[in-house]
Amino acid sequence: MRSRVMSGAGTVLVLLAVVAAGCGDKKPPVARPLPPPPPPPPSAATTTRPPSPPQPVAEPTVVPPEPIRDTAIASASLDELNRSSPLKPAFFEYDSSELTSEAQQVLNGNAGVLKKFASWTVTIEGHCDERGTAEYNLALGERRAVTTRAYLISLGIAADRLRTVSYGKEFPFEPGHEESAYSKNRRAHFVVTAK
Amino acid sequence: MAGAALALSGLAAQQQQPAQAPPQQQQPQQPTEISTTISSDQAGLPPRFAVPDFIALPGEGAASSAKPDAEVADAARTIGRVLWDDLNFEREFALIPRDVYSTVPAAKSVADVPFDRWRELNADGVIVGAVHKTAAGVRVEVRLFNVRSQQMAFGREYTGSIANARLYAHTISDDIHQQQRALRGIARTKLTFNSDRDGERLAGTVENRGVKEIYIADYDGENQRRVTTQRSLNITSTWSPDARSIAYTSYRRGPPQIFVSNIYQGTLEEPTKNGAGQNWLPAWSPDGTKLAFASTRDGNSEIYVMDRDGSNLRRLTNNPAIDVSPTWSPSGTQIAFNSDRTGTPQIWVMGADGLQQRQLTHEPYADRPTWSAAPFNEIAYTARTGPGNDLKILELATGAVRQLTFGEGSNESPTFAPNGRHLAFMSTRAGKAQVFTIARDGKDLRQVTKTGNNYQPDWSK
Repeated sequence: MRSRVMSGAGTVLVLLAVVAAGCGDKKPPVARPLPPPPPPPPSAATTTRPPSPPQPVAEPTVVPPEPIRDTAIASASLDELNRSSPLKPAFFEYDSSELTSEAQQVLNGNAGVLKKFASWTVTIEGHCDERGTAEYNLALGERRAVTTRAYLISLGIAADRLRTVSYGKEFPFEPGHEESAYSKNRRAHFVVTAK
Repeated sequence: MAGAALALSGLAAQQQQPAQAPPQQQQPQQPTEISTTISSDQAGLPPRFAVPDFIALPGEGAASSAKPDAEVADAARTIGRVLWDDLNFEREFALIPRDVYSTVPAAKSVADVPFDRWRELNADGVIVGAVHKTAAGVRVEVRLFNVRSQQMAFGREYTGSIANARLYAHTISDDIHQQQRALRGIARTKLTFNSDRDGERLAGTVENRGVKEIYIADYDGENQRRVTTQRSLNITSTWSPDARSIAYTSYRRGPPQIFVSNIYQGTLEEPTKNGAGQNWLPAWSPDGTKLAFASTRDGNSEIYVMDRDGSNLRRLTNNPAIDVSPTWSPSGTQIAFNSDRTGTPQIWVMGADGLQQRQLTHEPYADRPTWSAAPFNEIAYTARTGPGNDLKILELATGAVRQLTFGEGSNESPTFAPNGRHLAFMSTRAGKAQVFTIARDGKDLRQVTKTGNNYQPDWSK
């Protein structure tokens, strides 16, 4: 815009041209960019098929189950809670305390539950498979529990709601002696201790 | 005597030059030892001993024709048989099997030993003992005869209650080993371990979790007794050097803490009471004044030392890796431990002040070091060898490693007998987890526990 004005006014009266730009008649075009509103109108072409109704329908169906589960959880005893726990275990690789992407997804879900039930305190138990020695596994299980706790804290769960304990390989969940059992026993297990 | 001479020369070789060892072996023995030590008439072989049942005698003052009561007869039979087992355990003497003793007429008194008949069985020594009933209990007299010279090489008498006849045999065995071989016998030592044999369930958990309680037993597996009764997870028990206390890890308060049970007083101490983090794996210093242990109180598993009452806490390791499983050297100047700071769990050693940390093993996976008693300067540990674990022994002076078990089940948690000649360990070779003992050369495997699962043995000092 300005280059057009300057070329029109000539190189001698640059200052005048600038002043003229301040109150010249050609400025109004600058106001034209305002028509952003028009863009919405173009999308109006798709408004012919606004099946918004489906969305409201979907929402109601989701809502009913959640309140039911909430009241069930809210009224359940600690034992009932822990028997069918809404907090899922995170599983680990052999001799590792690093969270896999699957484990992180599980913990993301657990963080959501813990945010919803903000009064719960939980103990995170670290467990190991039977291949390591009982002694080393005590420390490895603790490391798994601590890693899990740190991740939940990073997701905004208050640190004082999360305790850790390591049971090493003392309490296997699966009694077998093969990888299918081992993989279930390398875990951070959640126990709700107060609600 | 030969064992002691070898032991001395071994120590000298470490501290000075190996060249000095041979002259020491040729030094003359003390005359008194020569006159009472029974040896085989075949050089290089252990002397052959016979240990018949002890003679049960009626109480003093009773008519010589009176019959000894059944209790005394039982004790006499038990002492003879247990003494046979105890002496056999150290393999310093070749014990003539008991089933051939029937060819020798049973002695009626300690005076009528049929030496010629024992000589026919090729015995070098025969142990003749008698049990007398007394007003307070029993008097046990025992004599070891040189069968060829018919001279008495050892003679002693013991008095006390009749309640634990096995203890007379254990004491006699230790005395004979000391007198004949200058060897510290282990017949009176005990084992501690944890067991789920009671089938009790942990309270307060929705999972089906069995408790583990601390047990003790004689070295041969007899007299198994439960120490803890909390219905909790109690593990890694270990004897104080005076064998009057047991330190262990218990979850009875929630997170694991270290407890000390004074088993003869019936009192309990909690040196890590209210300590932050997890506190595990206590290990007594050789003088019994301190406990090394592993703790996550500073955020990561490290090795600490405290006085046995929990005071004077000191941190020895400072490393983002896992540091666990401390064990003291017999002199108390060094601590071996497990660390995965190289990426895999390995055995490390450091001064008792935490300085001069260095790696000892290069295994795929190694844990639970346990330092042997003098004169053997060895560390036994658990090594991954396949699907399971096996025991290995590292000789510190040379760096040589030898394997003790070979893939029969998983073999873990080695612990040395106080004379360094035997180990106890956990093995799954018989199906469940059980405690076994084995000689340090890998021979003489014996199963000590048979009920339930039994883990993490520790041998009293």
